[in-house]
Amino acid sequence: MIDKNSTTILSVQGLRASINGTEILKGIDLTVKSGEIHAIMGLNGSGKSTFAKVLAGHSAYEVTGGSVQFEGKNLLELPPEERARAGLFLAFQYPIEIPGVANTQFLRLAYNTVQAQRGKEELDPLEFDDFVREKMKLLEMKPDFLERSVNEGFSGGEKKRNEILQMALLEPRLSILDETDSGLDIDALKIVANGVNQLANKNNATILVTHYQRLLNYIVPDFVHVMQAGRIVMTGGKELALELETRGYDWINTNKQSVAGVTA
Amino acid sequence: MSAVLQSLVNQPYKHGFVTEIESDIAPKGLNEEIIRLISAKKNEPEWLLSFRLKAYQKWLTMTEPKWQNVQYPKIDFQEISYYSAPKPKKKLASMDEVDPELLRTFEKLGVPMHERAALAGVAVDVIFDSVSVATTYKQKLAEVGIIFCSISEAVQAHPELIQKYLGSVVPVGDNYFAALNSAVFTDGSFCFIPKGVKCPMDLSTYFRINTEGSGQFERTLIIAEEGASVSYLEGCTAPRFDTNQLHAAVVELIALDNAEIKYSTVQNWYAGDENGVGGIYNFVTKRGLAKGVNSRISWTQVETGSAITWKYPSCILRGDNSVGEFYSVAVTNNYQQADTGTKMIHLGKNTRSTIVSKGISAGHSNSSYRGLVRIAPTAEGARNYSQCDSMLIGDQCGAHTFPYIQVQNNSAKVEHEASTSKIGEDQLFYFSQRGIDAEEAVSMIINGFCKDVFQQLPMEFAVEATKLLSFKLEGSVG
Repeated sequence: MIDKNSTTILSVQGLRASINGTEILKGIDLTVKSGEIHAIMGLNGSGKSTFAKVLAGHSAYEVTGGSVQFEGKNLLELPPEERARAGLFLAFQYPIEIPGVANTQFLRLAYNTVQAQRGKEELDPLEFDDFVREKMKLLEMKPDFLERSVNEGFSGGEKKRNEILQMALLEPRLSILDETDSGLDIDALKIVANGVNQLANKNNATILVTHYQRLLNYIVPDFVHVMQAGRIVMTGGKELALELETRGYDWINTNKQSVAGVTA
Repeated sequence: MSAVLQSLVNQPYKHGFVTEIESDIAPKGLNEEIIRLISAKKNEPEWLLSFRLKAYQKWLTMTEPKWQNVQYPKIDFQEISYYSAPKPKKKLASMDEVDPELLRTFEKLGVPMHERAALAGVAVDVIFDSVSVATTYKQKLAEVGIIFCSISEAVQAHPELIQKYLGSVVPVGDNYFAALNSAVFTDGSFCFIPKGVKCPMDLSTYFRINTEGSGQFERTLIIAEEGASVSYLEGCTAPRFDTNQLHAAVVELIALDNAEIKYSTVQNWYAGDENGVGGIYNFVTKRGLAKGVNSRISWTQVETGSAITWKYPSCILRGDNSVGEFYSVAVTNNYQQADTGTKMIHLGKNTRSTIVSKGISAGHSNSSYRGLVRIAPTAEGARNYSQCDSMLIGDQCGAHTFPYIQVQNNSAKVEHEASTSKIGEDQLFYFSQRGIDAEEAVSMIINGFCKDVFQQLPMEFAVEATKLLSFKLEGSVG
């Protein structure tokens, strides 16, 4: 999907961040353009989920250096809700349960908030109901899901599908999927991947944060980045993921210098 | 606790103002003279004076309860004035004649009562300090035989009913605060639904504590005869003061065979400032007697105010197949303390009770659920279900649960569930990542948490309750 007319959506330079005084991100550089799908891979503790949360603005992390431009704006200056309204979406690794709040209520509030920001029409409950049911078909979700409390008692697969549904509703410019594949059986994985593929287009971009190559069989990335100890240590095309799968992460340590001739 | 959460939960009380109305205040202190004065002022019959004096004698022998999980300075009962009444300029025949200052007070509170009464079809028995100044819709109710008036009026007009039922559920010596109330109560509401009558509208009372330093001793008595039903709403706000005000009300409900009483409260009295100075001390005894077969008593409360809440609306399930319900939301913030819950006393066969309690604590506040479920030997086949959930906002507050269960009949089935949750950074982050700001997020989380209780409230009260929780826990995000 790489296109000559693509524009830069995200530009990260030398990003450093810490939590409780411990530095997790130690200088990350990444550029994401419209129409691109990037995969960020790495072992547990390499900082990939932290990177996702820092971009979304989680208050537990302190940014200690570097810069992040999102659609030409200084992302680091914006509170998390404004980042979301500006079109940055994070699909959570562990979606939060909200007892007593019906999914439809939550989804509509989120949808209308973003619509208002974009100067577009907000939907009343009936209009929204039609709209959301249409989107739900994409993810093969049962209608009763709308009346259930947000993520409460959902299976792992249902929670992840709910994240992708929100992505479908909010139509972000940049979607960051944090370990969306973890805890999914193969059928759920296919449904989720299919949803993500259908939502990807030449105007938006996707970052997949994942531990395993498996997801990348279904969502084919343009770039694969490997993270280690808070840095991106290797970048390549989709074949890099396969290489990692067969050779393991240890292989990286001996080949850091021999990065393939692709830059992102 | 994050700065956002802090500012959300620290919004100032919005109803703090004092209405300047000339009051008729009795000298401070409590003694037989004062009780005789109150009784004489109200032109009461001899038996009621003896009721008061008996209660006073009981009270003198009692000591303040110490078992509750709240702390407060010792109350000097001789420093309280036990009677205060607004002086109307002339006798009031309609709402138009009510002191305009008083009406403005209600408007500030967002209770345009005449409109509200007309539009919503609610009869409002307005209590200002201790004396009722206006009662609406009385005649409409009278057409179906319902009596809805102040208790002082009822003493004059229906002495036989008062004499029969007053103190029949909460005896004069029941507890320290009930004894005090029985001795000095000044006014309150009386409601009588005769046999077979379904009350055509929700009955509503707005309480308001005014004159600084005057104790409030309301007395409410509701009787539903065989097959009758009524839904009663009690809503409260109070002006802001720095000295603590004592409130010790007694509410008695009596449901005969197949009768149903639903009693809903939204309470937003002044809770003291953010340092815990001032606020109402609320020591209330509320009890319903499900006397007849198949009768039902249901308490729903949303407690957001008062510096101290000490309140256990209870049901005595005497009639076979009778039902008792308690749905409660208690919100505490700053230095508020709430010790609240219920008692379900199962005496009759196949009696059933449900308890749903939701406690929300923020700031440095402390909230306790205290409940008793007692299954007597006679209560064959009795059932109880209790659910107590607590939610903590921030890390300086406390939530406690003290469930007491006494089962003396082995055919009974008693269930108890409890949970504690916390509004944390991660929950707020999830909302904010969807573009929703912290204020709306907290409101949505809290309303979701309280849903089981709110859906028990009458429609317009549910709206008011949601608003009150917003007053309590929301503010401009700074």
